[in-house]
Amino acid sequence: MFSFLLKRISVVIPTFLGVTLLTFALIRMIPGDPVELMAGERGVDPVRHAELLAQMGLDKPLLIQYWHYLTGIFQGDLGTSIVTREPVIREFFTLFPATLELSFCAIVIAISIGLPAGILAAVRRGKVTDYTVMGLSLTGYSMPIFWWGLLLILLFSVGLGWTPVSGRISAMYWVDEVTGFMLIDSYLSDEAGAFISAVRHLILPSIVLATIPLAVIARMTRSAMLEVLREDYIQVARAKGLAMWLVVCVHALRNALIPVITVIGLQVGVLMAGAILTETIFSWPGVGKWMLDSIYRRDYPSVQGGILLISCMVIVVNLTVDIFYGVVNPRIRHNR
Amino acid sequence: MAEQLELAVNGDIAPPGPFREFWNYFSSNRGALIGFGLIVLVLSAALFANFLTPHSPYEQYRDYILTPPAWQHGGTWRFPLGTDEVGRDIFTRLIYGGRLSLFIGMMVVSLSLAIGTLIGLVSGYAKGMTDTLIMRAMDIIMALPSLLLALAIVTILGPGLINASIAIAITYLPHYVRITRASVIAETSKDYVIASRVSGAGVMRLIFITILPNCMAPLIVQASLGFSNAILDAAALGFIGLGAQPPSPEWGSMLANALEFIQRAWWVVTFPGLMILLTVLAFNLMGDGLRDALDPKMKL
Repeated sequence: MFSFLLKRISVVIPTFLGVTLLTFALIRMIPGDPVELMAGERGVDPVRHAELLAQMGLDKPLLIQYWHYLTGIFQGDLGTSIVTREPVIREFFTLFPATLELSFCAIVIAISIGLPAGILAAVRRGKVTDYTVMGLSLTGYSMPIFWWGLLLILLFSVGLGWTPVSGRISAMYWVDEVTGFMLIDSYLSDEAGAFISAVRHLILPSIVLATIPLAVIARMTRSAMLEVLREDYIQVARAKGLAMWLVVCVHALRNALIPVITVIGLQVGVLMAGAILTETIFSWPGVGKWMLDSIYRRDYPSVQGGILLISCMVIVVNLTVDIFYGVVNPRIRHNR
Repeated sequence: MAEQLELAVNGDIAPPGPFREFWNYFSSNRGALIGFGLIVLVLSAALFANFLTPHSPYEQYRDYILTPPAWQHGGTWRFPLGTDEVGRDIFTRLIYGGRLSLFIGMMVVSLSLAIGTLIGLVSGYAKGMTDTLIMRAMDIIMALPSLLLALAIVTILGPGLINASIAIAITYLPHYVRITRASVIAETSKDYVIASRVSGAGVMRLIFITILPNCMAPLIVQASLGFSNAILDAAALGFIGLGAQPPSPEWGSMLANALEFIQRAWWVVTFPGLMILLTVLAFNLMGDGLRDALDPKMKL
């Protein structure tokens, strides 16, 4: 087990270093150097320019600059934003709970609908239910989610007036920040109605962000389930006279879940990419919107830090899924 | 039955040719046929856009700003799907937009297919250090969410249709590299490749003429699915203002400031997205059909 863990982790290190190399290169490949960027259109005189470059360590050889960048990362230093002059890492983690809350709700929706839908489609293979579920899931998979968000706003916010259009909570309420998660904070606050308001703000963005993972989970569950349902032990369980639902939910689901869990883990990347679009449409103050705003404002240190942190998160989650996979499935652990 | 026997006796029955066989499998999949039909429709609309509409996608009819679709009160058949905020005909922009989306799809797929296959061939054939280096590089690209990586690349290259296509093509490279590498490794140890090597075929001949044709099936499937992803990602980049730039009638960028009109002009919001959805869905349906028809494991 220990050697398995070590092996998995050692594969991730070059990937991590590669990502740091990429983000390091990013800021140097953009036309104009950081000092010119900070100065903006006002320009800067050559002497001051050289001074500032030296101050930021940008006059040193690239290899040394990279070393500084790398050691900085391990000390939690991802540079400072050009626009707000705040440390990038602090900005990121101030906004991150909002994204985490949204992504968490989205994945909960995706699993709680996608899993049963996939099981249903597999059990009713070739019937109308199967075709409906698969048709809907392919549509969901093909959905441009930014348009889907606009459509839902058009229907539920503009047409029916059920949900608000943007933000995390109505401006009427003042909620003290305890955890950073609006659902929890508004629940803890004394203001009546704050929690309801937070839920109403959260519901549409969560549905939009959940759409693609839901479709993927439903498709994966169906095919994993079909595979398992063909096995002999399922036939035996049925022959013993166990009810179909019991066989499906107890005997089959357990084994079918393994590939599904992997797919759920892989959705973290999809959620992060989706968050950029969803947060933009619903003005959700999370890291996705912040990344995009940073690109518009040419705040490259923030872009660089954001990309690095998000990809590290994706790497860590994938590693966790990988290890988990080995834990639940001994064949994988011992084969490698 | 009797007819078939007769045919067989007369020697007229022959195993179906590869294309015939493919078409039989493909056409038995109704979804794939619908997808194929939709693609033909979008493609011909894009090709013959000049003949299908009297308007130009850029012409602004200042007297007809935000005209609703023809069937709604206040609409006119001159603009069947209504006009946008500066009075451009939406129907015209949609069919011209098809050109852009299909062009992006084509460009992304051919770029990532050509380069990805080449890298995959090298990686699978060379093995050792080269292989490890290439695969680690691909792991890095895979570790980043595709839209995020595309954003990073567009940040470097600057916004625009071509740059967006290049960025998206890079994010899809690993898929092609991995598929090609896996099939090259599987094929290289087979007898026909060894036979070819023993009879003196050079490296180039081995890679491109002996091995490559036998790796094509999964690549074709991936390319078809890649088309839909490319269109989707390009539209997303257009939507956030980093892909195609206004006033070009790209579907995603047509939605870029649709949020402003959501209260008063539903048609500005609805139609471009519907086109994206239908086109992407069509390519996905066709991709699924291609996979079923080309993957020998599914035929058993």
